[in-house]
Order: sequence, then structure tokens, then C-alpha cells
Amino acid sequence: MASGIKDKVVILGMGCSKFGERWESSPADLMVEAFEECLTDAGIERNQIEAAWFGAGIDAFNVGSSAMPMSIALRLNYIPVTKVENMCATGTEAFRGAVYAVASGACDIALALGVEKLKDTGYGGLPQRTRGVENDMYWPNLSAPGAFAQLASGYRAKHKVNGDDLKRAMAHVSVKSHANGAKNPKAHLQREITEEQAINAPYIAEPIGLFDCCGVSDGSACAIVTTPEIAKSLGKENLVAVKALQLAVSNGTESGHASWDGSYLKTTRIASQRAYDEAGIRRPKEEITMTEVHDCFSITELVTMEDLQLSGEGKGVKDVLDGAFDAEGSNPCQIDGGLKCFGHPIGASGLRMLYENYLQLQGRAGARQLSDPKLGLNHNLGGFPHQNICSISIVGPYGQVGSA
Amino acid sequence: MKGITAYGVYLPRLRLNRQAMVEANAWFDSSLKGLGKGERSICNWDEDTITMAVEAGIDCLSALQEKTLSGLNLASTTAPFVDRQNSVLVAEAMNLNSQIRTIDIGSSQRAATSALIAGLESARQGNEMMIASEHRRTKAGSRAEMLWGDGAAALTVGDEEVIAQCLAVATNAVDFVDHYRGEGSDFDYDWEERWIRDEGFMKIVPQAVSAVLESAGRVAAEIDHFILPTDQARTPAALAKKLGISPDAVVDNQIASVGVAGAAQPLIMLAKALESALPEQLILLLGFGQGCDAILFQTTDRIERCRPDRGFSGALNNRREETNYHKFLSFNNLVERDIGKRGEVDKQTFLSGFNRRKDLLTGFIGGKCRVCGTVQIPREKYCVNPECRALDSQDNFSFANQPGTVLTWTADRLTFDWSPPAYFGMVQFECGGKLMMDFTEVEEGTIDSGSRVSVHFRIRQFYAQRGFRKYFWKAVVES
Repeated sequence: MASGIKDKVVILGMGCSKFGERWESSPADLMVEAFEECLTDAGIERNQIEAAWFGAGIDAFNVGSSAMPMSIALRLNYIPVTKVENMCATGTEAFRGAVYAVASGACDIALALGVEKLKDTGYGGLPQRTRGVENDMYWPNLSAPGAFAQLASGYRAKHKVNGDDLKRAMAHVSVKSHANGAKNPKAHLQREITEEQAINAPYIAEPIGLFDCCGVSDGSACAIVTTPEIAKSLGKENLVAVKALQLAVSNGTESGHASWDGSYLKTTRIASQRAYDEAGIRRPKEEITMTEVHDCFSITELVTMEDLQLSGEGKGVKDVLDGAFDAEGSNPCQIDGGLKCFGHPIGASGLRMLYENYLQLQGRAGARQLSDPKLGLNHNLGGFPHQNICSISIVGPYGQVGSA
Repeated sequence: MKGITAYGVYLPRLRLNRQAMVEANAWFDSSLKGLGKGERSICNWDEDTITMAVEAGIDCLSALQEKTLSGLNLASTTAPFVDRQNSVLVAEAMNLNSQIRTIDIGSSQRAATSALIAGLESARQGNEMMIASEHRRTKAGSRAEMLWGDGAAALTVGDEEVIAQCLAVATNAVDFVDHYRGEGSDFDYDWEERWIRDEGFMKIVPQAVSAVLESAGRVAAEIDHFILPTDQARTPAALAKKLGISPDAVVDNQIASVGVAGAAQPLIMLAKALESALPEQLILLLGFGQGCDAILFQTTDRIERCRPDRGFSGALNNRREETNYHKFLSFNNLVERDIGKRGEVDKQTFLSGFNRRKDLLTGFIGGKCRVCGTVQIPREKYCVNPECRALDSQDNFSFANQPGTVLTWTADRLTFDWSPPAYFGMVQFECGGKLMMDFTEVEEGTIDSGSRVSVHFRIRQFYAQRGFRKYFWKAVVES
């Protein structure tokens, strides 16, 4: 019987580039920026890395296909490098590959890196691209905000929420993230906004307005992982361990079967419950200190709070407005500014979120540092509310916490 | 001879205000001011000859008890494909069986009446459908732009349960070139209106009318409904007077409210006449273009029982005023609009992939699981029901006439659309299937979760560089 990933793998080091409109930087430049920080943090040499996983979401606008762009950019030592792509969960998927490799005993030290260069398209927002030959023939020509705006309509109908109240809660989500991001020198957007600005911004896809959308940026983040024993032998202290690593992928039920009403994210509910079980968490609201969730749009974060059981079903609007997920709240969310302020370079995001939880757990988060963090949760949602990939990872101090 | 057994009509919902057209163009041609009354029908960006034909055909079928057809003819001078049979595409969108005879007929404003004559004289058994549909492009600021409209009508011709018996037909075939559209031309070229009236209508039509009346043993004064499709407002009455037909019998060409729909006009007018006709009345239908077709019908006592879902008056009344002339120019590709980089993305249709999914894409066919009864779309190998998941267990199930409700929706202003914002969302069908679909014909503020929708065959995308266009079904909020 498998026992899960809990405490089998620790993070040896991490790195994260400055996120933003990096007009001057190529994908290789961004990868090197994150990698150099990560190597220094890990205190190892490049040639000690035995295997690597490379995450990039949109080949056409990026580095090209296969694992070679990363191996070449980082001058890796002819090690096995695997390219992974799983929409917005790509960064976490790369991390999963590296963690599983170490946990299996196939290698001692593994690298996961994600990168995305979104700002070479010539326009704002995520690039317009094919959904696949067959889907293109009948799917609406939906943008990402168009897909997630439907979550708002579904949630509003299900819970009979007044549209103005929901819009105000959505605005609060963004105001909170901007306040956090203003304290983060690596964030793309580092200024605060007001609720009025958010509410009165032009619609992108009703009811999603400009400030309900995350930024669009270039960036890269990476992690080097190993076993707790090797980390200790290298003199590392305050080890941050992987407590859970889960993925749930839609199988067409939400999009085609009447059992899903469009008001929540089924995969998030499934993946998070599996992750809580794996990490031995019974009371998520009490045990999870901080979350980095996939706030591609403000409504996604609000609904995700319910799906992660950090808010009761239909209680998200009230909890958000009450400040439960603000920096001073009971379960701070996006303490680094989130996708909202970092933007969403698809392949990098999962690892960028992990980077914040890693810094927080090591007490290295500077002006954003939370007091005594225990468990940090990362959530990514790739695709659309009706068809998506959800990844959940939970990290915490090695061997110390978890109720099971 | 056979007769008409049913009829149906489709007119685009959008009606362009003619005053808006005058305001945009009178600086160039002040004579347009005299044509500035009323409105004309215009295709939305996602409508064309094919989609209107499907709508008219479905409306016609709604009036028939026995819905099996022996043939489908599509008459138009504006069929979107020059070499890909347009009528068979219409037939598949209507889910007609593949044994049906399908024929495209075009090249003339009397294409529909000529097809109708052929159908009436045919010896084949069963009901044959004649659809006429027209979406003509016109030069900006032209008289034609002011007077024409877009629309379609359908008839079925058969032996049984006839609502209007054909008494006689006649043709006067004359290469009278009042206008023409040459190969590779986008627009018609025409000659002086007064010459067309005097040397064309007044000389060519009477010969055909005399022939058809003589053949039927009837006289002009007996005619109750006189149909002369033309954009010349006064010519029908003038001809009626010359022929001895009562002025009360002249069927109005609806120039003020719809505009003249080219090759579709004869059948639209006939459907309009049939809708108001009483039993035992005489209808004279003419088609004018390189000569004249004349068809004389006599209604039966079944006429008052035959009522399509929409019909002419239903189509006429299902309207929404459009006052933005530039939108009309855009929809008809008469201005080169900056569509932005998102509009440039090439999503080519792979014909082999299209062919595999044709039942879904054209017929809107999903599946019904024989094991658990779950209705679903698209039909996949395994049943969508999480409690079932049976393999290859689904029978074809048509969603083309299924009502649904809006589960989720948005108005997307970021993505490319020819008429932004792009409305789309999840539709829950009453029969049980669920699908994310485009919404079309949305009026701002009229859509919400719970809104009732019907589904319609529409254009999804154009591929100007390859001369292709892609169709699929979209949802329309019921008012």
C-alpha cells in the first residue's frame, strides 16, 4: 500500500527571476536568472544535478519544444531532462517529476524549472491559440477571462448572490493581492489599488473587469530537491519538506454531465482532499497557514477558497469581505501578491508560488514574513472551469507538523 | 400536376434602418434620400445563404406530418461554395437521410421558380423540398443596397395533402440582360431602370402569363394573388393593370420592411400569399430573370390548416432594429476592418477531422446511452455518466430541436468576434445533454443563468485565405 510522498523529499534550494515585462530578456536569460539563485541557495554544483524536469506551457511563443532549450540554456551535464506541459499546472508538474524521481530512489538530486515568455505576442492578455483540431471546430472562441467569467455566473446563480456583492468581494480579492504585491520586489505589479478602481474598471468578460484579471508577464522559477538525509549531510537546517503532491484532471463529466452546475471547481475539491489525506491534514482551515492559489481571476480565488474547505460552501463572499484571506486574516492567501501581481508565465507559476511558501517557512520573506508559518499550500488550475487540471502541493517543516 | 404541401420562411432578425443608410451615403448620392423609408433585413455576421436555407427548411418541415423528403433543391445566386454542393450541406444540417436527391440551382433570379416548375412536373413520389435563399453583396451607397434584403423560404411539393394545387406552368425564356454578375465579380452590374421596366417586364412577362392562363383555362380577372418579384416598386401594379388583374391582388414585395431578396423573393412572396390565402383562390407566381416563369396555383381547403412554426408573418415580426450602417458594411466585408491580432489566429479546418465529426458539427447529433439512458453531446466512446461509463453504448440523438437553459454565460470583450462582445456559456438541455456554446443574436441585458434557449445553425468562422467557412450550432435566447 503506497504511503504517499509526505516527508520523503525536501527542497534543497529555490530561485525565482524578477517577473514582469522582460522585453530585454530571452527565455534562456530568465531560466539562468532563476537557476543561478537556486544553485547558490542549494549550495551545490551544476554537475551534482542528476535529472531535471522542464516546464513550459506554450511552445509557440516560447523556447520551442522538447527539453533541449533548458539543457542548453543551463549547460546541464547531459543528464536526463524531461519536458512537461499540463497547462497552468505545468510548473507544479515539473516539480512533481523531480520529487517523484528523488522519492523513488532513482536519483539523489533533481531539478525542476518552469519558464514562460508571454510578452512576445504583440498584445495584452494570454496569447490566442488553438485548442486542438477537434475542439476548434465547435468550442466557442473563448478567452481565459471568458471561461472563468462563467464561474461567476454559475456561482451567482447557485448561491443566489447579489451581483454587486459578488463584484465587491471580487474587488476585495484583487485589492488584497495588490497590497501584498506592493511589498514584493520580484512582483510585476507593485502598487496598491482601491476597491473603487477594481469595481469601476472596464469589463473584460462580464462580470470580470480589468482588475479582476491577473497580470501577463515573463518569468522563471526553479527548485532543487533531494532526500532529507542528503540535505542534512550537506549541512542544511530548517528543512522544507513536501507533505503532499496531488493532481486531478477533468474527465469530461463537468462539461458534459448534468451533475456539475458550473458553480465550483470539481478537480480542486478532489485534489485538495487527496492532498489533505496524504499530508495527514484533518482541519485544513486550522492547519494550513498560508495559501498560494491560482488567482488567474479574482472569482477563481474566491471559489477556490470554498473548494479548499477554507471557506464554507456559499460563504466565500462573506469570508473574503471579512478579510479572512488578507495578510492579517486567519488564512492569508497570495502573501507574495499572487498571479494578480506576478502575472502568470504559465510554466513558471507553480514553482513561483512554491518559492513564496519556501521563503515563508524559512523565515526569509522580508517585509511579507508571516509569524510562525506551519503549512503552505500551492494550488494551480490549468484550463477552464468546465475542463481543467488541478495541482495541489503542500509543504511544511520536515517531520514536524500534520495531525496524522 | 403536383401541388404545394407546406411552406416555411426565414428572415434575419436584424433590420437596418434605411434612414441610417441615407445619412451615411447621401453626401455622395442625394437621390438615395428618396429611398430612405423603412428598413431592410440584413444577415448577422454569422448568417449566410446556407444558414437561412436551413432555418427556412426546418420551418417548412414543422408544417408537415410526414417529414420524409424525396429531394432537396437549393436555389440561390449567392451560395457560398462554387464546388461543394450547398444543398447537401443544408440537407445534412436538417438531418435528412442520405438517399435524398439534392440539387443546387442558381445563375438567375428565376432559379427558384424554375426549380419549382421542375418539381411540380416531376413524376417522383413523395414530398420534394424547394428552398430559395439569398444574401447578395452590394456596393456601398448603391440603389441595390437600399432596396434589397436577405432572406429565405422553403416549400414542399407533392401529391398528397396539397394546400395549393398547380394548375399550369409556363416559361418565356429570353436572354434579356437587365443586370448580370460575371465570373469573379462581387457585385451586379445593371442597366437603366426605365428600360428594364418597358422592354423587360412589360414585354416579357405578359407572354408567360397569357400562356399559363390559357393552359389552365382561366382569365386574369380571376387571380386573387399576383406575385411579381422585383425591386421596382410600381411595376407590379402597372403590369397587373396591363394584364387585367385586379389591383387588390397585387402582393406587396415588402420593400419597406424587408427588401427584395433576389432569387429567394418568389418563394418568400408565395409563402406570404399562402399564409393569407383562403381556399379555392388563384395565385399567380412569376419569376423574372432572363425571361419569365409563370406558375398558377389554386388553394385547397387544407390551406388554412397548414401553419409552419414561423411562417412569413412570424419571420417579419421577429425583428431587431439596427441603426449602425458601419456594422452592416463590416458584416458584408465591404470595409477592411482592423480585426486585431487575435483575429489573425489561423484555426484551419482539417477536412479529415471535420469529416469524422460531421454528425456533430453539421447535424448537431449527440448520443443517448442504451445502458443508462443518459443523453449527451458530443458523443464519445464511453458514456459521460460517471455511474455508467459504458463503451460504444450510444445511439444517435439529435439536439437540433432541443430546448435548453443557460447555466453559465459571459460577454467576452477580449476574444475576437465579428460582433463583440462574444457571448457564450454552458447550455443545459432539457433532454439532459450539456455543452458550452456560442450565443448569437444576444441583446445586452437579456441573458442570464436560467434563460431559455433554442439552437440554430450558424457560421462559426471564415477562412478568407482558403475560401472556406465553418458552421456549427449556436444558442439563441428565447424572448
